[in-house]
Amino acid sequence: MHLIVTAGLSVLVLVSALWVVTLRNLFRAALSLGVVLVGIAGLFIGLEAEFLAFVQILVYVGAILTLVIFAIMLTARLQGSPNAPASRQPLLAGLASLGLFVVLASTTLSLNWPTAPLEDAIPLATLGQQLVTTLVLPFEVVSLVFVAAVVGAIALASAKSSPSGSQQ
Amino acid sequence: MTIRVVLLLSDALFCLGVYGMLTRRNAIGLLLSIELILNAAALNFVLFGRLFGQVQAQAFALFVIALAACEAVVGLAIILSLSRHAKTIFADDVNLLKG
Repeated sequence: MHLIVTAGLSVLVLVSALWVVTLRNLFRAALSLGVVLVGIAGLFIGLEAEFLAFVQILVYVGAILTLVIFAIMLTARLQGSPNAPASRQPLLAGLASLGLFVVLASTTLSLNWPTAPLEDAIPLATLGQQLVTTLVLPFEVVSLVFVAAVVGAIALASAKSSPSGSQQ
Repeated sequence: MTIRVVLLLSDALFCLGVYGMLTRRNAIGLLLSIELILNAAALNFVLFGRLFGQVQAQAFALFVIALAACEAVVGLAIILSLSRHAKTIFADDVNLLKG
Protein backbone atom coordinates (compact mmCIF):
# COMPACT_ATOMS: atom_id res chain seq x y z
CA MET A 1 0.00 0.00 0.00
CA HIS A 2 2.77 2.37 0.98
CA LEU A 3 4.64 1.57 -2.23
CA ILE A 4 1.56 2.27 -4.34
CA VAL A 5 1.03 5.68 -2.70
CA THR A 6 4.69 6.59 -3.10
CA ALA A 7 4.79 5.49 -6.73
CA GLY A 8 1.58 7.40 -7.51
CA LEU A 9 2.90 10.57 -5.90
CA SER A 10 6.20 10.13 -7.76
CA VAL A 11 4.44 9.88 -11.11
CA LEU A 12 2.38 12.98 -10.29
CA VAL A 13 5.52 14.91 -9.30
CA LEU A 14 7.44 13.76 -12.38
CA VAL A 15 4.71 14.68 -14.88
CA SER A 16 4.20 18.11 -13.29
CA ALA A 17 7.97 18.70 -13.16
CA LEU A 18 8.11 17.92 -16.87
CA TRP A 19 5.41 20.54 -17.42
CA VAL A 20 7.34 23.05 -15.29
CA VAL A 21 10.34 22.91 -17.62
CA THR A 22 8.55 22.48 -20.96
CA LEU A 23 5.30 24.50 -20.98
CA ARG A 24 5.69 27.75 -22.88
CA ASN A 25 3.04 29.52 -20.82
CA LEU A 26 4.93 30.50 -17.66
CA PHE A 27 1.76 30.92 -15.61
CA ARG A 28 0.82 27.29 -16.24
CA ALA A 29 4.42 26.24 -15.50
CA ALA A 30 4.20 27.99 -12.12
CA LEU A 31 0.89 26.26 -11.35
CA SER A 32 2.41 22.87 -12.15
CA LEU A 33 5.31 23.80 -9.86
CA GLY A 34 2.62 24.07 -7.18
CA VAL A 35 1.53 20.50 -7.95
CA VAL A 36 5.17 19.37 -7.68
CA LEU A 37 5.55 21.05 -4.29
CA VAL A 38 2.33 19.57 -2.91
CA GLY A 39 3.36 16.13 -4.17
CA ILE A 40 6.73 16.42 -2.45
CA ALA A 41 4.94 17.48 0.75
CA GLY A 42 2.94 14.25 0.43
CA LEU A 43 6.17 12.29 0.09
CA PHE A 44 7.48 14.04 3.23
CA ILE A 45 4.41 12.81 5.11
CA GLY A 46 5.14 9.31 3.79
CA LEU A 47 8.67 9.64 5.19
CA GLU A 48 7.20 10.65 8.57
CA ALA A 49 8.44 14.24 8.38
CA GLU A 50 5.04 15.88 8.92
CA PHE A 51 6.45 19.17 10.17
CA LEU A 52 8.54 19.56 7.02
CA ALA A 53 5.49 18.80 4.90
CA PHE A 54 3.59 21.65 6.54
CA VAL A 55 6.58 23.98 6.22
CA GLN A 56 6.84 23.02 2.55
CA ILE A 57 3.20 23.89 1.89
CA LEU A 58 3.31 27.05 4.01
CA VAL A 59 6.58 28.47 2.67
CA TYR A 60 6.69 27.11 -0.87
CA VAL A 61 3.06 26.98 -1.97
CA GLY A 62 1.94 29.82 0.28
CA ALA A 63 4.77 32.30 -0.13
CA ILE A 64 7.20 31.49 -2.94
CA LEU A 65 4.59 30.42 -5.48
CA THR A 66 2.51 33.53 -4.76
CA LEU A 67 5.59 35.69 -5.30
CA VAL A 68 6.45 33.93 -8.55
CA ILE A 69 2.91 34.27 -9.94
CA PHE A 70 2.93 37.92 -8.87
CA ALA A 71 6.17 38.47 -10.80
CA ILE A 72 4.85 36.61 -13.85
CA MET A 73 1.76 38.81 -13.94
CA LEU A 74 3.83 41.99 -13.47
CA THR A 75 6.08 41.10 -16.38
CA ALA A 76 3.33 39.68 -18.61
CA ARG A 77 3.73 42.36 -21.27
CA LEU A 78 7.44 41.51 -21.66
CA GLN A 79 6.85 37.81 -22.32
CA GLY A 80 7.54 38.33 -26.04
CA SER A 81 5.64 37.23 -29.10
CA PRO A 82 3.98 33.80 -29.00
CA ASN A 83 5.99 32.73 -32.06
CA ALA A 84 9.39 33.35 -30.48
CA PRO A 85 11.08 30.14 -29.32
CA ALA A 86 10.48 29.52 -25.63
CA SER A 87 13.61 27.42 -25.25
CA ARG A 88 17.02 27.17 -26.80
CA GLN A 89 18.81 24.00 -27.90
CA PRO A 90 16.28 21.59 -26.34
CA LEU A 91 17.87 18.58 -28.04
CA LEU A 92 21.41 19.10 -26.72
CA ALA A 93 20.14 20.02 -23.26
CA GLY A 94 17.86 16.98 -23.24
CA LEU A 95 20.75 14.70 -24.15
CA ALA A 96 22.97 16.27 -21.46
CA SER A 97 20.38 15.97 -18.70
CA LEU A 98 19.44 12.43 -19.82
CA GLY A 99 23.11 11.45 -19.59
CA LEU A 100 23.30 13.04 -16.14
CA PHE A 101 20.20 11.09 -15.10
CA VAL A 102 21.66 7.80 -16.35
CA VAL A 103 24.89 8.41 -14.41
CA LEU A 104 23.04 9.43 -11.22
CA ALA A 105 20.49 6.60 -11.39
CA SER A 106 23.04 3.88 -12.12
CA THR A 107 25.20 5.14 -9.24
CA THR A 108 22.42 5.40 -6.65
CA LEU A 109 20.60 2.20 -7.61
CA SER A 110 23.69 0.00 -7.63
CA LEU A 111 24.39 0.79 -3.97
CA ASN A 112 23.10 -1.48 -1.21
CA TRP A 113 20.24 0.35 0.46
CA PRO A 114 18.52 -1.01 3.56
CA THR A 115 15.04 -2.19 2.64
CA ALA A 116 13.41 -0.63 5.71
CA PRO A 117 14.33 2.36 7.90
CA LEU A 118 16.96 1.44 10.48
CA GLU A 119 15.65 3.71 13.24
CA ASP A 120 12.32 4.95 14.52
CA ALA A 121 10.87 8.15 13.15
CA ILE A 122 12.28 11.35 14.63
CA PRO A 123 9.87 13.18 16.95
CA LEU A 124 9.34 16.88 16.34
CA ALA A 125 10.58 17.78 19.85
CA THR A 126 14.02 16.35 19.00
CA LEU A 127 14.17 18.47 15.87
CA GLY A 128 13.28 21.58 17.85
CA GLN A 129 15.88 20.83 20.50
CA GLN A 130 18.55 20.25 17.85
CA LEU A 131 17.70 23.59 16.22
CA VAL A 132 18.42 25.51 19.43
CA THR A 133 21.38 23.47 20.71
CA THR A 134 23.68 21.79 18.18
CA LEU A 135 22.45 23.64 15.10
CA VAL A 136 21.98 27.04 16.70
CA LEU A 137 24.74 28.64 14.60
CA PRO A 138 23.31 27.67 11.16
CA PHE A 139 19.86 28.58 12.48
CA GLU A 140 21.00 32.10 13.37
CA VAL A 141 22.93 32.43 10.11
CA VAL A 142 19.72 31.60 8.22
CA SER A 143 17.98 34.38 10.14
CA LEU A 144 20.76 36.78 9.13
CA VAL A 145 20.45 35.68 5.51
CA PHE A 146 16.70 36.35 5.70
CA VAL A 147 17.27 39.91 6.90
CA ALA A 148 19.91 40.50 4.23
CA ALA A 149 17.65 39.07 1.52
CA VAL A 150 14.67 41.20 2.53
CA VAL A 151 16.72 44.41 2.75
CA GLY A 152 18.46 43.61 -0.54
CA ALA A 153 15.18 42.83 -2.28
CA ILE A 154 13.61 46.10 -1.12
CA ALA A 155 16.69 48.05 -2.22
CA LEU A 156 16.70 46.33 -5.63
CA ALA A 157 13.00 46.62 -6.32
CA SER A 158 12.42 50.13 -4.98
CA ALA A 159 11.43 52.48 -7.77
CA LYS A 160 13.86 55.20 -6.74
CA SER A 161 17.05 53.32 -7.54
CA SER A 162 18.68 54.77 -10.62
CA PRO A 163 19.81 52.56 -13.55
CA SER A 164 23.48 53.11 -12.71
CA GLY A 165 22.92 51.66 -9.26
CA SER A 166 24.10 54.71 -7.29
CA GLN A 167 21.92 55.56 -4.34
CA GLN A 168 21.33 59.11 -3.27
CA MET B 1 11.73 -0.79 -2.79
CA THR B 2 10.04 2.45 -1.72
CA ILE B 3 13.48 3.88 -1.03
CA ARG B 4 14.64 3.27 -4.59
CA VAL B 5 11.47 4.86 -5.98
CA VAL B 6 12.10 8.06 -3.99
CA LEU B 7 15.80 8.01 -4.92
CA LEU B 8 14.97 7.71 -8.62
CA LEU B 9 12.39 10.49 -8.27
CA SER B 10 14.92 12.88 -6.75
CA ASP B 11 17.46 12.01 -9.47
CA ALA B 12 14.84 12.69 -12.14
CA LEU B 13 13.73 15.95 -10.48
CA PHE B 14 17.32 17.16 -10.37
CA CYS B 15 17.88 16.33 -14.04
CA LEU B 16 14.62 18.01 -15.08
CA GLY B 17 15.76 21.10 -13.18
CA VAL B 18 19.09 21.03 -15.03
CA TYR B 19 17.21 20.66 -18.33
CA GLY B 20 15.08 23.69 -17.46
CA MET B 21 18.16 25.71 -16.50
CA LEU B 22 19.75 24.89 -19.86
CA THR B 23 16.75 25.55 -22.09
CA ARG B 24 14.59 28.28 -20.54
CA ARG B 25 15.04 31.74 -21.98
CA ASN B 26 12.76 33.47 -19.49
CA ALA B 27 14.49 34.40 -16.23
CA ILE B 28 11.42 33.43 -14.17
CA GLY B 29 11.53 30.01 -15.83
CA LEU B 30 15.13 29.70 -14.63
CA LEU B 31 13.95 30.42 -11.07
CA LEU B 32 11.29 27.69 -11.34
CA SER B 33 13.99 25.21 -12.44
CA ILE B 34 16.16 26.17 -9.46
CA GLU B 35 13.21 25.43 -7.17
CA LEU B 36 12.98 21.94 -8.72
CA ILE B 37 16.69 21.30 -8.04
CA LEU B 38 16.43 22.52 -4.43
CA ASN B 39 13.39 20.31 -3.86
CA ALA B 40 15.27 17.28 -5.13
CA ALA B 41 18.03 18.02 -2.60
CA ALA B 42 15.54 18.49 0.25
CA LEU B 43 13.80 15.23 -0.66
CA ASN B 44 17.14 13.40 -0.48
CA PHE B 45 17.91 14.96 2.91
CA VAL B 46 14.57 13.83 4.34
CA LEU B 47 14.85 10.35 2.84
CA PHE B 48 18.31 9.68 4.24
CA GLY B 49 17.40 11.23 7.57
CA ARG B 50 14.45 8.85 7.86
CA LEU B 51 16.56 5.92 6.68
CA PHE B 52 19.44 6.35 9.11
CA GLY B 53 17.57 8.09 11.94
CA GLN B 54 19.47 11.38 11.71
CA VAL B 55 17.55 14.36 13.07
CA GLN B 56 19.98 16.87 11.55
CA ALA B 57 18.95 15.84 8.05
CA GLN B 58 15.46 17.24 8.68
CA ALA B 59 16.99 20.41 10.09
CA PHE B 60 19.04 20.86 6.95
CA ALA B 61 16.00 20.22 4.76
CA LEU B 62 14.39 23.06 6.73
CA PHE B 63 17.39 25.28 5.96
CA VAL B 64 17.14 24.35 2.27
CA ILE B 65 13.49 25.47 2.22
CA ALA B 66 14.35 28.72 4.05
CA LEU B 67 17.24 29.53 1.71
CA ALA B 68 15.05 28.73 -1.30
CA ALA B 69 12.64 31.39 -0.03
CA CYS B 70 15.51 33.94 0.22
CA GLU B 71 16.72 33.02 -3.24
CA ALA B 72 13.25 33.45 -4.73
CA VAL B 73 12.82 36.86 -3.07
CA VAL B 74 16.16 38.22 -4.29
CA GLY B 75 15.80 36.62 -7.73
CA LEU B 76 12.35 38.10 -8.30
CA ALA B 77 13.54 41.52 -7.11
CA ILE B 78 16.36 41.35 -9.65
CA ILE B 79 13.92 40.28 -12.38
CA LEU B 80 11.53 43.14 -11.54
CA SER B 81 14.41 45.62 -11.59
CA LEU B 82 15.55 44.12 -14.90
CA SER B 83 12.11 44.43 -16.44
CA ARG B 84 11.98 48.05 -15.33
CA HIS B 85 15.41 49.15 -16.54
CA ALA B 86 16.26 46.82 -19.43
CA LYS B 87 12.65 46.21 -20.57
CA THR B 88 13.29 42.50 -20.94
CA ILE B 89 13.08 39.36 -18.84
CA PHE B 90 14.91 37.09 -21.26
CA ALA B 91 18.23 35.97 -19.87
CA ASP B 92 19.72 35.91 -23.39
CA ASP B 93 19.09 39.61 -23.93
CA VAL B 94 20.91 40.73 -20.80
CA ASN B 95 24.38 40.88 -22.32
CA LEU B 96 25.57 44.36 -21.46
CA LEU B 97 28.68 43.00 -19.71
CA LYS B 98 29.50 40.57 -22.52
CA GLY B 99 33.13 40.92 -23.62
